[in-house]
Amino acid sequence: MFFRVLLQKLVVITGLLGAIGANAAEQVNIYSYRQPFLIEPILEEFSKKTGIETQVVYASKGLNERLQREGRNSPADLVLTSNTSSLMDLLNKQLTQPVKSAVLEQNIPAQFRDAVGNWFGLTTRARLIYASKDRVKPGEITRYEALVEPRWKGRICTRSGKHPYTLSLIASMIAHHGEAETKAWLKGVKANLARKPQGNDRTQVKAISEGVCDLSLGNSYYFGKMITNQEQPEQVEWAKSVNLVFPNQADRGTHMFISGAALTKHAPNRDNAIKLLEFLSGAEAQYVYAEKNFEFPVRPETPRSELINRYMGEFKEDNLSLTEIGANVPAASRLVDEVGFDF
Amino acid sequence: MTVTPLASRANLSGFRWFFLVATIAIVVALPVLSIFWLALFPEENIWPHLLDTVLLHYVSATLILAFGVAALTLVAGVGSAWLVSMCRFPGRVFFEWALLLPFAVPAYVIAYVYTDLLEYAGPVQKALRGWFGWQTARDYWFPEIRSMGGAIAMLSLVFYPYVYMLARAAFLEQCGSIRAASRSLGCSPWQSFLRVSLPMARPAIAVGLSLVLMETLNDFGTVEFFAVRTLSVGIYDTWLSRGNLGGAAQIACSTLLFVILLIALERIGRARQRHFVQAPIANRDRYRLGGWRSLAAVLFCGFLLMGGFVVPLLVLAGYALGNFSSYWSDDFIEIARNSLLLSAGAALLSVLLGLLLAYGKRLQPRRPVQFLVGFSKLGYALPGAVMAIGVLIPLAAFDNAVDALLREHFGISVGLLLSGSVFAIIFAYTVRFLAVSTGAIETSLEKVTPSMDRAARALGRNRWQTLWAVHLPLVRAGLLTGGLVVFVDCMKELPATLLLRPFGFDTLATYVYQFAADEMLERSALGALLIVLVGLIPVILLSRAIGWRRGDSGAELMESEAPAI
Repeated sequence: MFFRVLLQKLVVITGLLGAIGANAAEQVNIYSYRQPFLIEPILEEFSKKTGIETQVVYASKGLNERLQREGRNSPADLVLTSNTSSLMDLLNKQLTQPVKSAVLEQNIPAQFRDAVGNWFGLTTRARLIYASKDRVKPGEITRYEALVEPRWKGRICTRSGKHPYTLSLIASMIAHHGEAETKAWLKGVKANLARKPQGNDRTQVKAISEGVCDLSLGNSYYFGKMITNQEQPEQVEWAKSVNLVFPNQADRGTHMFISGAALTKHAPNRDNAIKLLEFLSGAEAQYVYAEKNFEFPVRPETPRSELINRYMGEFKEDNLSLTEIGANVPAASRLVDEVGFDF
Repeated sequence: MTVTPLASRANLSGFRWFFLVATIAIVVALPVLSIFWLALFPEENIWPHLLDTVLLHYVSATLILAFGVAALTLVAGVGSAWLVSMCRFPGRVFFEWALLLPFAVPAYVIAYVYTDLLEYAGPVQKALRGWFGWQTARDYWFPEIRSMGGAIAMLSLVFYPYVYMLARAAFLEQCGSIRAASRSLGCSPWQSFLRVSLPMARPAIAVGLSLVLMETLNDFGTVEFFAVRTLSVGIYDTWLSRGNLGGAAQIACSTLLFVILLIALERIGRARQRHFVQAPIANRDRYRLGGWRSLAAVLFCGFLLMGGFVVPLLVLAGYALGNFSSYWSDDFIEIARNSLLLSAGAALLSVLLGLLLAYGKRLQPRRPVQFLVGFSKLGYALPGAVMAIGVLIPLAAFDNAVDALLREHFGISVGLLLSGSVFAIIFAYTVRFLAVSTGAIETSLEKVTPSMDRAARALGRNRWQTLWAVHLPLVRAGLLTGGLVVFVDCMKELPATLLLRPFGFDTLATYVYQFAADEMLERSALGALLIVLVGLIPVILLSRAIGWRRGDSGAELMESEAPAI
C-alpha cells in the first residue's frame, strides 16, 4: 500500500511538472487514424513554418473511445481520420466543437465539410474498379451495378465487406437504390467473387496481375502509390497490369469519400489546432497530399498531381452528401452480414 | 471448507492477507469489470441479428481454429517434450533448449513471413512455375497460405512451446521407478508412455494447452490477415463498423465464458498434481533410439525448430541486412529501449503481484481467495484492443476524479495523470499477462511441501520472513519463468500498446505494425528481427533455468523447482 501511495504522489508531482512544461511550448496534439508516413512530412512543414510543435498518437482503432473517456482533460486537439465513419462517430459522441474560419470555408467546398464546422474534409478519394488490361476490354464494365452480371462470375476480388471503404460504397448504393435492391446487388457481387474477401486494396490489384481475378474494387490513390513505388518495384508491375475504370460516368458519377479532421471538444490548444487545420487545407499541404499521396485535394485551386491527371483525367463525381452516406453505414454493415459477404 | 492450521493461528494476519489478495485482484480485474459494465449497455441488441446471420460462421471458425491449434500444439509440444526428456538421440541436448526459440517470434510476424514465402509471387511458387513452365495461378494448384489451415499452422508453430515447456517439466519430474515398474510388468515403451507417463503429465499439459487456447482466442492480427473470421473479428466488427461497443463487449464476455471453462479445466488438472518427491532421470534411463527412429526424432524436432524459428529469422535477417543502412535509424535505439523497459517493468510488476497472489492463496486456501485469484487472470483472455478500452475506462475515471477534486478544492488542474502515460501501458501489460506469472508461481509453490512452512513458523519466522527466507529461494525458477514469459509476451504485444501509448511513443511492435499493416515486410523486418533477438535473451535464460544445469549424473535436484506455468 505504501508503495502505491508513494507512486501516486510521485505521479501527481510529475504530472504537475508535466502540465506546466506542456503549457510552455506552442504545440498541437493529434490523435491520428491516418498512417504516420502519410502525414509526417506535412506536419514537419507546419512546424517549420509556424514554430508550433506537433505530437501524434497513431492507432488504427479506439482513438474515439480514448478521447471520450479522457473527457475534459484530454490532451488531444485534433483527430485525423481516413474515412467518413470515424468523423460521424466523433460527431455522434459529441466529441467535436465547431470551427468558424474564413480560410477553411474558402479552401474547402461546402459539400466536403460540416455545415457548422464540426468536421472538415481534407482530401477526397474515388472508389474505382481496377480491371485487368489483358482480360477485360476497355468499356466492358462501366458501372458498379454491372459487377453482378454473370460474365464476371469467379472474376472479382475485393477486400472485406466490413472495411470502411467497402461499407462506404455499399452505403451509397443504399442511398441510391434502397436496401432491398442493394442487398440483391451485394449477393450478386458475392456470387461473382473469385475468392473470399481478404487483404487490402493493393492485394487485389496484385491478384489481378497474378491472374487470380480480373476486376477489383480499390481506392484511387493506391494506383499512384503502386506505379511510383521505388522501394518495391514489383508493385509497379501490378499497377501496369490494370486499367482504371471510373464507374457510373454516364449517370450519377463515381463514389467519392474523404479523409478529414475535427477539432476536439476540449482542445487545450484550440488556436494552434485551428492554425494546423487551416494549414492542412491550404495550398502547400494540399499540394503535398496531391503530389505525394495521389489523393484529390479538396481545395479547388490546387491542381491534381500530374500523375493523377495522366492516368485519371477529369471525371464525374457522385455528389451524395457525406452525412447521408454516414447515416447508411450501419445498414450497409447489416447487409454485409445478411448476405454472408465475407464468408 | 477447511481452515488450515496455518490460517487459524492468526486470524488477524489471515484477514490482512485476504485483504491484500482482494485489493490486487480487484485492481487488476478493473479493466475486465469495465468490459462487463459496457456489456450492460449495448447501443442495440446485436444477438438476433448475429444469430440470424454470421454467428454460426464466427463460432465454427473459432472452434475449428481452436481445435486445430490444440491438436497440433499437443502433438508438437508433447511429442518433442517426450523425445528430449525420455529418449537419447543425436542433438537431444541442443533441441532441449532450442525448441523454446519459436516462442520469441510474434504470431503476426510469422504470418507475414510465410505469406511472403508461399504466396503466388513468393520465391517458392516462382521456382515451381519456373521448373514446370506454368504461366498463371490458374495452371496449377498450390495450398493457399491465407486460409484456416494456414492460420492453424502459423499459430501452432509459435504457440507449441507453451505445451513443450510444461510437458517437459512434467516428464522430468516423474519418478523413473514408476516407469521402470511399468516396463518390468510388460509394457512396451509406447504403452508405458500412453498408460503411465502421459496420464501423470496430463495436468501440466492441460495448463499449457489452456494458455495456447487463450492466446488463440484473442489473436486478431493473424486471423484478420488470413481472412479467418473468428469471434475476435466479430468483436471488432460489431464495435467499429456497427458502432456498438456494448454489443462488442457482450461478445467478448461470452468468449470469456469459454475461457473460464478453460481455467476451471486447468484447476481440476492442478488439483490432482500432488507429489512432492522427485527422482531425477539419469541419462541411462532414457530410451536409446536407434537407426530410423533417431533420424525421425531429429527430423521431428528439427522441423519444429526450422518452421517456427530458423526460417522466419533468416527471411527477416535477409530483408533487414539487405538494406540495413536505409532502414536503420537512431530512433531504433530509443524504440528498442522503450520496448525493453516497458516489458521489464511489466514483468517485474507481474512477478511481484503474482507472488503475492499465489502466496496469499497458499496461506488462505479458501473459496473466496481462489475465486479472486482466478478472477485476476481473466485479462489474459480478452482481445487486446478490447482490453485496452477496459484499461482506458478506470484510468480515465480516476484521473478525471482527481482532477475534479483538485480543481474544486485547490483551483488547480493536473489534467490526466495516468491515462496516456507509460504507466497505462505497464498496467495493461500486467492485467493481460498476470495469469502467466501467477500460474507459474502457483505451480512452483505447490511443489514446496507445507511442512516447510510449518517448520519455518515453528522456528519463529512470521509469514513475510517465511516467504523471504524459505519460499523465495525454492520458487526462484518459477519466478524466473513467469517473469521471462511475461517479458517476451510484452515485447510482442501490439493492440493495447498502440491505443494507450503517449504522444510520439513507439515500441518495436508498433514500429513493425505501421509497415506490416501495409504489407511492407521489408521495411518492418529490422524491427521484427529486433523483437525476436531481444526475445531470445529470456528464452535462453529460461531454457537454462529449466534444466540446463541438470547434470546427467542426476545428482542435482534442480527439477524439484522445475518451473511450470
